[in-house]
Amino acid sequence: MSKSDLTRRGVLKTSAGVGAGLALPTIFTASSAAAYTNEPTGGSVTLGFNVPQTGPYADEGNDELLAQQLAVEHLNGEGDGGCLNTFTSKALKGNGILGKKVEFVTGDTQTKSDAARASAKAMIEKDGAIMINGGSSSGVAVAVQGLCQEAGVIFMAGLTHANDTTGKDRKANGFRHFFNAYMSGAALAPVLANEMGKERRAYHLTADYNWGWTQEESIVASTEAMGWETVNTVKTPLASTDFSAYITPVLNSGADVLVLNHYGGNMVNSLSNAIQFDLLSKQVNGKDFKIVVPLYSELMAAGAGENIKGVLGSMNYNWQLDNEGSKQFVKSFGEKYGKPPSNSAQTCYAQVLLYADACERAGTFNPCGVVEALEGFEFDGLGNGPTLYRAEDHQCFKDVLVVRGAQNPTTAYDTLEIVEITPVEQVTYAPNHPMFGGDEATLGTCNPGA
Amino acid sequence: MDAFILQILNGLDKGSAYALIALGLTLIFGTLGVVNFAHGALFMIGAFCAVFLQRLLSLSTVTVDETKTDFLGNPLKVETPYVESWFGPEVGGAILDWSVPLAILFAIPVMIAVGFIMERGLIKHFYKRPHADQILVTFGLAIVLQEVIKYFYGANPIPTPAPDSLSGAFDLGVYFGFDPNAIIYPYWRMIYFAFAMLIIAGVFGFLQFTTFGMVVRAGMVDRETVSMLGINIDKRFTMMFGIAAAVAGLAGVMYTPINPPNYHMGMDFLVLSFVVVVVGGMGSLPGAVLAGFLLGILESFASTTWATTTIPGINQIIIYLVAIIVLLTRPRGLMGRKGVMEE
Repeated sequence: MSKSDLTRRGVLKTSAGVGAGLALPTIFTASSAAAYTNEPTGGSVTLGFNVPQTGPYADEGNDELLAQQLAVEHLNGEGDGGCLNTFTSKALKGNGILGKKVEFVTGDTQTKSDAARASAKAMIEKDGAIMINGGSSSGVAVAVQGLCQEAGVIFMAGLTHANDTTGKDRKANGFRHFFNAYMSGAALAPVLANEMGKERRAYHLTADYNWGWTQEESIVASTEAMGWETVNTVKTPLASTDFSAYITPVLNSGADVLVLNHYGGNMVNSLSNAIQFDLLSKQVNGKDFKIVVPLYSELMAAGAGENIKGVLGSMNYNWQLDNEGSKQFVKSFGEKYGKPPSNSAQTCYAQVLLYADACERAGTFNPCGVVEALEGFEFDGLGNGPTLYRAEDHQCFKDVLVVRGAQNPTTAYDTLEIVEITPVEQVTYAPNHPMFGGDEATLGTCNPGA
Repeated sequence: MDAFILQILNGLDKGSAYALIALGLTLIFGTLGVVNFAHGALFMIGAFCAVFLQRLLSLSTVTVDETKTDFLGNPLKVETPYVESWFGPEVGGAILDWSVPLAILFAIPVMIAVGFIMERGLIKHFYKRPHADQILVTFGLAIVLQEVIKYFYGANPIPTPAPDSLSGAFDLGVYFGFDPNAIIYPYWRMIYFAFAMLIIAGVFGFLQFTTFGMVVRAGMVDRETVSMLGINIDKRFTMMFGIAAAVAGLAGVMYTPINPPNYHMGMDFLVLSFVVVVVGGMGSLPGAVLAGFLLGILESFASTTWATTTIPGINQIIIYLVAIIVLLTRPRGLMGRKGVMEE
């Protein structure tokens, strides 16, 4: 007769131990065994692309995703190599990152902070994403950046223009390639003074949320510095669709310039409404009335149609830029998708390559190694010209474009024309600038998540 | 004074949209007893009738211009709309330019058909279900419809301008002795207001002065008695659903030059329109129109600098504030009837 050592109590204890171990979230078990969060162990590495796939910015998100997919192709040695051919850093060889094939997962930010955090969290915890990239809103960028800092992964921001992203809300694990509201003001102001004169009276309509406030603050400061007077600043609810009630008081306010601190659908509607009221054909204070849209995007320009003709604004990138990196990127993107890239697409593409390159140069996926490699990194060949990733705030510094709605576009894609390429020196500011959190703003320390 | 008049005008065109949507909502609620949360989607579909017609008229032949290049440096493909090829640049250009007014003719049958299909295909199955079920199913339908539109047209707004001759604004103030530029108002917004008044008058006239309308009104008061007289009241109510859909659709078509349409525009108006219906009084057609214009004007005044500096945020809550006050003082709304939604 055989004798077994199994007892009911023993089986229960063992089962409980094994069950608890299996029930532990992957992120904790991985962390305990790895040096950092989601350390790749197989032959591939997973990146997380968190873009708006639903909601009002879905088209912009789709453009970002196209660019991210193109970047992955180029990293894996597929396609024409894109900007790997023009990038001044030669660390990337087209064999993935550190020899591992690049794979990606996607999340839908819905342009809502909570949804964006949830999708980023799912990509980090369930899919093992080691870097999160993308987004079309500053609120989303700040929220996801905070999450990535806590989780111990790198956040390479997409389209985010508020000063706070690399200002008071800057984080060691977060990096922004896109320009910001301060830079828009610094680039636009001299062009505005040159074209409209130094004695102007501006009326601001501002989207009532964080990005709108920082843009208004930046544009007011830069225009007042060159002699303009600010007549009024009016906050408009983000949910507004009809801006007529806000526009009609403008003409009787004594203002001769209307500044629309709006983005997306808000901008399309407020500009369309302003044109309907024929503001641009009026004369006030003996001057032609003007409208300024400090932040442009190609999709907004398409939505506003002919209303943007002659209206000045600024951009991070435009496909018409005549440098080798831009030409290569436009070729790769255009041949694959049949249209030129938007500025949100370009920033996401550049961010993916910059992350991959930093891993190669650091020789590790460890976020702290990547942070070290990106801080103070100077590069060219990704479309914007010579660029610096400043160590103090993780903000990219490069030339800024001042653009104008084209008077006679020949295709659907040249609705904006480049007026000036503002040199980087003109848009550079101190890391402790008051608009960026002052002396209290710090990156903190990098978190590898282990 | 000029600022006062301007905000009245602003309120009138905004109120026109509210009134037209609320009128359709009330027609459906008054006849079929259905709380139709898909009504905003009908407004949006109407707007996309204008977009569809614009794109249809813009269908083009493609020729290659070797003298110009596209963004990739390839010879430029030049598109010439068929209407310009067929009718010449002047007539063809005019047809394209007037695509929004032409879309009215296109939208009427389309919207009536959409209304019929919606009512016969889905909503009739929920007549005897609780209002909560009706709200859920129609809200779900609204989401489905807007996602369908987004699938075909994307999420970005689509410019749909007014004809050139009706674009721009005129100086209304000088006709009333004000200084130049004191009261500037866009032509199209005036047209929108006039169009809304015409539609509202048409609906009221139809209900008031036709036999069909008389039967419908009788059915709204006592459906069972009208049915017992041998009249197929359900059929007439279905037709009213189609008419209500057409009213919302036409409001959408005419709204496209004011704000470029996008798939979400119905939702933007839906909640406000329900507030309008409740403030006007559930089931009251005159109440819906009155409340539409009243809330449109109040919303405009609440957006003035004076109002927002005196009470910060008033522009965001004014409509709901008025709704609370009206419901506290007149629980049936401004012109609500006894017994409606009170069982």
